Amino acid sequence: MLGKLSWSAIPIDQPIPLISASVVLVAILAVLAWVIIKGHLPYLWDEWITSVDHKRIGVMYTLLAMVMLLRGFADAIMMRGQQAIAYHSNGYLPPEHFNQIFSAHGTIMIFFVAMPFVIGLMNLVVPLQLGVRDVAFPTLNSVGFWLTATGALLVNISLVVGEFARTGWLPFPPLSELTYSPGVGVDYYLWSLQISGLGTLVAGINLVTTVLKLRTRGMSYLRMPMFCWTTLATNLLIVAAFPILTATLAMLILDRYFGFHFFTNEAGGNMMMFMNLIWAWGHPEVYILVLPAFGIFSEVVSTFSGKPLFGYRSMVLATMAICVISFMVWLHHFFTMGAGPDVNAIFGIASMIIAVPTGVKIYNWLFTMYGGRVRFETPMLWSIGFMVTFIIGGLTGVLLAVPPADFLLHNSLFLIAHFHNVIIGGVLFGAFAGYTYWFPKAFGFRLHDGLGKAAFWFWLIGFYVAFMPLYVLGFLGMTRRMQHYDVAAWRPWLIVAAFGAVLILIGIVFQIAQLVVSIRHREELRDRTGDPWQGRSLEWATSSPPPVFNFAILPDVQGGDAYWHQKTHANLEKTEPHYRDIEMPRNSPTGFVCAFFASVMGFALIWHIWWMVIAGFVGAVATFVVFAWRDHDEYIIPAAEVARIDRANLAERRALASLEGA
Amino acid sequence: MTDTTMALAGSDPHQLGGMAAIAHSGPASKRIVTGYGFWIFILSDMVMFSAFFATYAVLLGQTAGGPSGRELFDLRNVAIETGFLLASSFTCGLASIAADIRSAKWFQIAMAVTCVLGLGFLIIEGREFASLVARGAGPTRSAFLSAFFTLVGCHGLHVSAGILWLLTMMAQVFTKGFRADIMRRVLCFALFWHALDIIWIAVFTVVYLLGSAA
Repeated sequence: MLGKLSWSAIPIDQPIPLISASVVLVAILAVLAWVIIKGHLPYLWDEWITSVDHKRIGVMYTLLAMVMLLRGFADAIMMRGQQAIAYHSNGYLPPEHFNQIFSAHGTIMIFFVAMPFVIGLMNLVVPLQLGVRDVAFPTLNSVGFWLTATGALLVNISLVVGEFARTGWLPFPPLSELTYSPGVGVDYYLWSLQISGLGTLVAGINLVTTVLKLRTRGMSYLRMPMFCWTTLATNLLIVAAFPILTATLAMLILDRYFGFHFFTNEAGGNMMMFMNLIWAWGHPEVYILVLPAFGIFSEVVSTFSGKPLFGYRSMVLATMAICVISFMVWLHHFFTMGAGPDVNAIFGIASMIIAVPTGVKIYNWLFTMYGGRVRFETPMLWSIGFMVTFIIGGLTGVLLAVPPADFLLHNSLFLIAHFHNVIIGGVLFGAFAGYTYWFPKAFGFRLHDGLGKAAFWFWLIGFYVAFMPLYVLGFLGMTRRMQHYDVAAWRPWLIVAAFGAVLILIGIVFQIAQLVVSIRHREELRDRTGDPWQGRSLEWATSSPPPVFNFAILPDVQGGDAYWHQKTHANLEKTEPHYRDIEMPRNSPTGFVCAFFASVMGFALIWHIWWMVIAGFVGAVATFVVFAWRDHDEYIIPAAEVARIDRANLAERRALASLEGA
Repeated sequence: MTDTTMALAGSDPHQLGGMAAIAHSGPASKRIVTGYGFWIFILSDMVMFSAFFATYAVLLGQTAGGPSGRELFDLRNVAIETGFLLASSFTCGLASIAADIRSAKWFQIAMAVTCVLGLGFLIIEGREFASLVARGAGPTRSAFLSAFFTLVGCHGLHVSAGILWLLTMMAQVFTKGFRADIMRRVLCFALFWHALDIIWIAVFTVVYLLGSAA
């Protein structure tokens, strides 16, 4: 009846997951109860859960990422704590639990923090920057988000029901095959990633089509803001790389569920094929994460330097070059696995070549600042922190790209330090910069400045204290993923690293405080003009938060830095524009219902509950059929209503402009 | 003012000269957006197939002492199968033309024939799979057979999904007529069906022709 599921799946003997999960469960139930008692449920359902508005979906993606960041960070600080005390002792985490924690940490941070964070920001901002009213496929956009949330849900269920994978964030066979991992941990990993991967693919198709086919009048390719270019490159990579992940994980699923022999030790299976396939996805994935961050920095640096981006053309070229070359370097993830010196040499050289366009970008940001009037607001601090930190991470990456050096350093903490250096210093700092920069656009008020700066400094210093010791430990020969050790020389460095994690924790506390304080003081922090930072691109041309249709009249773009041009060349339009009816997509519960059935199906597949698999599948398909049969996808906002909303915004802007003039 | 500062203040802050001035008339129509997005989906689907193709190529010789392609593949059978699928692509094209001239009768006839041909293809494939399993050459026998069943089976699953979609389109055209949104779906369905044909050409060549030579 319930497949492999029984009461023994609940880890009663392990207090840490049980207590933390109960706390989370109580918190969720409390929030739900509060929502229902206060009568917010209809609002939540109508305005958020069923929303197909790209801004709302972007906010929900970002929120998911930030909640999961807390989960991933909890894993991180547990590991730092374990390694700080596990000298000649077993610490407080038993090996099988420790292995689950490092696997869950990596999986969550990449797939459910970094990915939703950048996809959320792209969703929120790109249609606004392109000057249009929505993305190409609004309902599918909602489906994509909810499928991502399903994946996150399954990973978190594994905390209390069963176990998570112990194989690391990429389940290398033969360890991940049924013979060596008979439990449900790897299955949790596989199905949560298959489901959320589908969501990511949908998001990718949607955003590629949006950038290429939905741009306002006059917005030719070379007038697009840099963030739109990096969005295009990122989503092209998603479309080209994620199907490889889907195929690879499908093969591992077939091995585990039906006894196929893709990656097994017997019957001709070939585990090296898994290495090649997974990294043919995995390396582009690195750039899927970091390219949007590069776009954010380009916007932020240009805005807060009060200058157009330096070297726009070279930036476009560098972005697209990275997009292509990122598919040609995957083998540097396994130099030591016997490809031979010639092959290693080619991939080593390719890895160094890809550093060139990245270097071009760094110089462009520096020259954008040069001669500008730099304002050190919080987003700009994140950007400068990024430039310094990312250069160090990039240089250690180039070092690892030298095959002989890699033979020495592979699988050591040097590697761990390197990729945290680029992912925290690049992707996460970029996400935080974008979060602070676009928050007023999404909600209509700014984030508290002082607390934001405090958070930045604790994150930055905490990062260096936590990860620079890992470089040293790599040179001292410490390998990754050690539950305990007996080398005395490592211990002081690990204690310093744990202290760094505590500093980052303080940074996170400041971020939470910043959000709470900003919401309480939102009236003082209100952005009434829609242009709080003296922005240059079109998202600042509409109110904050923008109306559901974004622009009452689609902008007619006359040149690069479209909004800056508009500001410098036109007084706020004195003549009243001719308003027309606007057609907008209707909300739809398709995404949420579909994801509900996908969650049921995923859970049933993990535990081999076959009747529930069928029920979930039929439910998901039926949802789509119902959606396909609906007759009215759109509703009309009458011209009078559009005029009313737009006039109010224009009046606010004029009032402020005349105040400044006076 | 120098030229540079003029450019910074003006409409050409990135000094692109005429490069950026290419006229762009605004967002594309819904039909173009939908069709374009579906093309991108098809490309991503082909990337997924290419991963399975690469796997098949790598594992082709890994028969683990079991039967190889030369012993297993019946090319005459596969040729008939191919004939069914190619003919269905032709009738699918006729259905698109019928939709373009708004002829409900010919649309339904052409789609029905497409459906029958697609089912014929699936039946032949199903019989081939069943006979292989019966002869002890199922997917768990060797890595080669795992790759074979997965690649060809994945295509078969796509065809099955395509047939469900085809029936939905017949029903939708029947009840809703050639409305603009229905026409966009007909367009996407046709793209999907023809793409499966293209993938089958590759399957036929790489799996069956090269496989029985090996």
